[in-house]
Amino acid sequence: MTNGLKAKHQRLILVVIALVALIGAGLLAAWALRNQANYFYLPGQMIAEPPEVGQAVRLGGMVQQDSIRNMPDGVTVSFIVTDKDSAVVPVRFTGILPDLFVEGSGVVAEGRLAADGTFVADNLLAKHDENYVPRELQEMDQHKADETLVAQGPAT
Amino acid sequence: MIAELGLAALWLAAALSVLQLIAGALALRDGSGELASLVRPAAIVQGLLAAFAFVMLLWLFAVTDLSVKLVATNSHSAKPMIFKLAGAWGNHEGSMLLWVTVMALAGGLIALVERRLPERTMFATLAAQAFVGIGFYAFLLLSSNPFERLPEPALEGMGLNPLLQDIGLAFHPPTLYFGYVGLSVAFSFAVGALLTRQVGPAFARAMRPWVLGAWIFLTLGITAGSYWAYYELGWGGWWFWDPVENASLMPWLAATALLHSVSVLAARDALRAWTIMLGVVAFSMSMLGTFLVRSGILTSVHAFAVDPERGTFILFLLGLYIGGALLLFALRAGSVAEGERFSITSREGALVFNNVMLSAILGIVLLGTLYPLLTEVFDVRVSVGPPYFNPAGAIFTIPMLLVMAVGPLLRWRGDRISRIKVPMIVIAAIMLAVLAVVIILGSYGLLADLGLAVAAGLAIASFLPLRGRNLLRVPIATWGMVVAHFGIAVALFGMASESAFSEEKLAAVSVGDNVEIGPWNVSLLATRPVAGPNWTAIEGQLMASYDGGEAILLKPQSRNFWAPPQETTESVLSTRWNGQLYAVIGNEASGGEGAERWQLRLWWKPFVTLIWYGGILVALGGLLALIGRVKGDLKRRYVQSRLAGRKEEGESA
Repeated sequence: MTNGLKAKHQRLILVVIALVALIGAGLLAAWALRNQANYFYLPGQMIAEPPEVGQAVRLGGMVQQDSIRNMPDGVTVSFIVTDKDSAVVPVRFTGILPDLFVEGSGVVAEGRLAADGTFVADNLLAKHDENYVPRELQEMDQHKADETLVAQGPAT
Repeated sequence: MIAELGLAALWLAAALSVLQLIAGALALRDGSGELASLVRPAAIVQGLLAAFAFVMLLWLFAVTDLSVKLVATNSHSAKPMIFKLAGAWGNHEGSMLLWVTVMALAGGLIALVERRLPERTMFATLAAQAFVGIGFYAFLLLSSNPFERLPEPALEGMGLNPLLQDIGLAFHPPTLYFGYVGLSVAFSFAVGALLTRQVGPAFARAMRPWVLGAWIFLTLGITAGSYWAYYELGWGGWWFWDPVENASLMPWLAATALLHSVSVLAARDALRAWTIMLGVVAFSMSMLGTFLVRSGILTSVHAFAVDPERGTFILFLLGLYIGGALLLFALRAGSVAEGERFSITSREGALVFNNVMLSAILGIVLLGTLYPLLTEVFDVRVSVGPPYFNPAGAIFTIPMLLVMAVGPLLRWRGDRISRIKVPMIVIAAIMLAVLAVVIILGSYGLLADLGLAVAAGLAIASFLPLRGRNLLRVPIATWGMVVAHFGIAVALFGMASESAFSEEKLAAVSVGDNVEIGPWNVSLLATRPVAGPNWTAIEGQLMASYDGGEAILLKPQSRNFWAPPQETTESVLSTRWNGQLYAVIGNEASGGEGAERWQLRLWWKPFVTLIWYGGILVALGGLLALIGRVKGDLKRRYVQSRLAGRKEEGESA
């Protein structure tokens, strides 16, 4: 009898532990997602409401014409990302450039804002090929690109 | 003609699955309806027809029949044969046909070999398998016909994404699909057992080989996929928490939990409802993964909304099967008799703890994967990456690994902690010692430190169940557990080591320059243009020497494909027992004066290969367990038939 009661008791403890762990996982996930999710900014948004310095975010826009500069070290480039409202954010990237990264086309930069207002990118996502496009660029290439180019005047 | 044969076979298979469902359902209702004798043959023939259709598709790709739309859009006559064949499943329609084929073959196989379960449960199981099958046949035939003809044959195919023209692709998706779809059998068994309320050790023993088999394929598929991403993308990482990767990880987590709970059910007749639940969840995760990958929803919620036909179809199937199974579970779980009880400090208790932790990790991954889709509906665009997944996952992974180290030492049913005091102290001492050494050497980040410590302790702990036993008489299945647990420790050590000790160097170098990275000295010898069947490339020739030793020649390439036009980087790896040198060549560096310079990116990754060797060990452990279980089942069957034969003899005499 006592043995049965004890077994039932232990089963209850197991169920409670399981529930606590699963609910804990859910709450932890919700909390961590709010804090750790990597937000996407357009240049205008980044200027209006800049993210905290050092926080991992992504910046998406068009690479401004004639803005790509190569640094003497041979692996760092700086360029300007702009949007249809002509907001501009300077970006610095050290690494091997994606192959379809050219002026006047869309780019998504993953990285963080530095204290001097430059966006330091760890990774650049450009159009990969005609079939694969990063998700933010998908829409941008369809309408934002036209708008951007119209706003900037005829591209050279 | 070939395409039409394939299409006809597919329609016939779909018709047979309808027959299988109706006959199975009637047989279930009447006990043994007149159609009952048709259920098993229908399942077998359906499997053969689906396989025939798939072979027809392979044939079309092999001969590059450009009058078929799928071939014209995904293949090219200049491709090597192996990639022509791989192209058959490297696209939406072909991969769905592969999915359906594997599922039909699995259904045919259980119809052919499974004789242990009560016949009614088998009818219910095969009916459930047919019910799931019908949905996917409908999806294939109505919205993704792989055999569709073009009004006029194309002059040349449009090619295949060059990233996918790799030997890894030839085996990676089919391997994962065997795993995904093998879980459909576990799902059907679970539904069948719920319908007839016959959940017990016999059911668990019938289901276990399928779970093990699916789990082995998933493990290999994930391992191969990780290695493929590592060397093909040229980014130096081995896991990106990409939604497509998560789509394969989630069924693996559920299958790992199911694998352990089904063992408890088979050995001790406990955890009945929980095992059924996991059977439903595991295949639900497979279907969710397929939905995520195949609906286009990952590219953008809006892209999904623009062309919603396929996505909506899969979403409907997902809702129907998952919702239906959960509803059935809610209605029937209460009437499945309670299993055997056990104390918390027992083998079962440890397995329950690990099951709960695996479920929590599954929840973390699931929420992290779906969160960007959810926020996008509200027009907030986020991506979720390692800063979320690594710490949130580790909170549950580390306790799980700690319990995993001691769980196999506990006895079934009830045990005392004091009995395993000595091994526990040994394991804890090893972990603390490694942790102390790592922190003194220079802290490499909390997770990497903990990973190294836990890996060391777990590696030793995984062999402790063999202590004091005659190694020749240890059952094969137990060896399987030891090898798989050791594989986890090996993989964890590789992951932690990669994260702690990797070195990276990026530089623009002229011909003749030297770069030092870790113990390596790398110099650029020359660059030259090279050409392949459907690409041209710039090739760098690097001389790399380890610790002043003999230099080896490495040739990374930056390739330009022309069908379709795209550039890829071909990284090169130099593997030693203690790590890998990883080299990528980029564009010609502009800026600066003097001789032309090339961008070179190098990594030295100590012990990184252990990640994949660990994965292979885990799969090998699964294989040993599978062999052990099947052998045990065959032996049991033989003994039973001998007993029955002797009884007959006795009666006749």
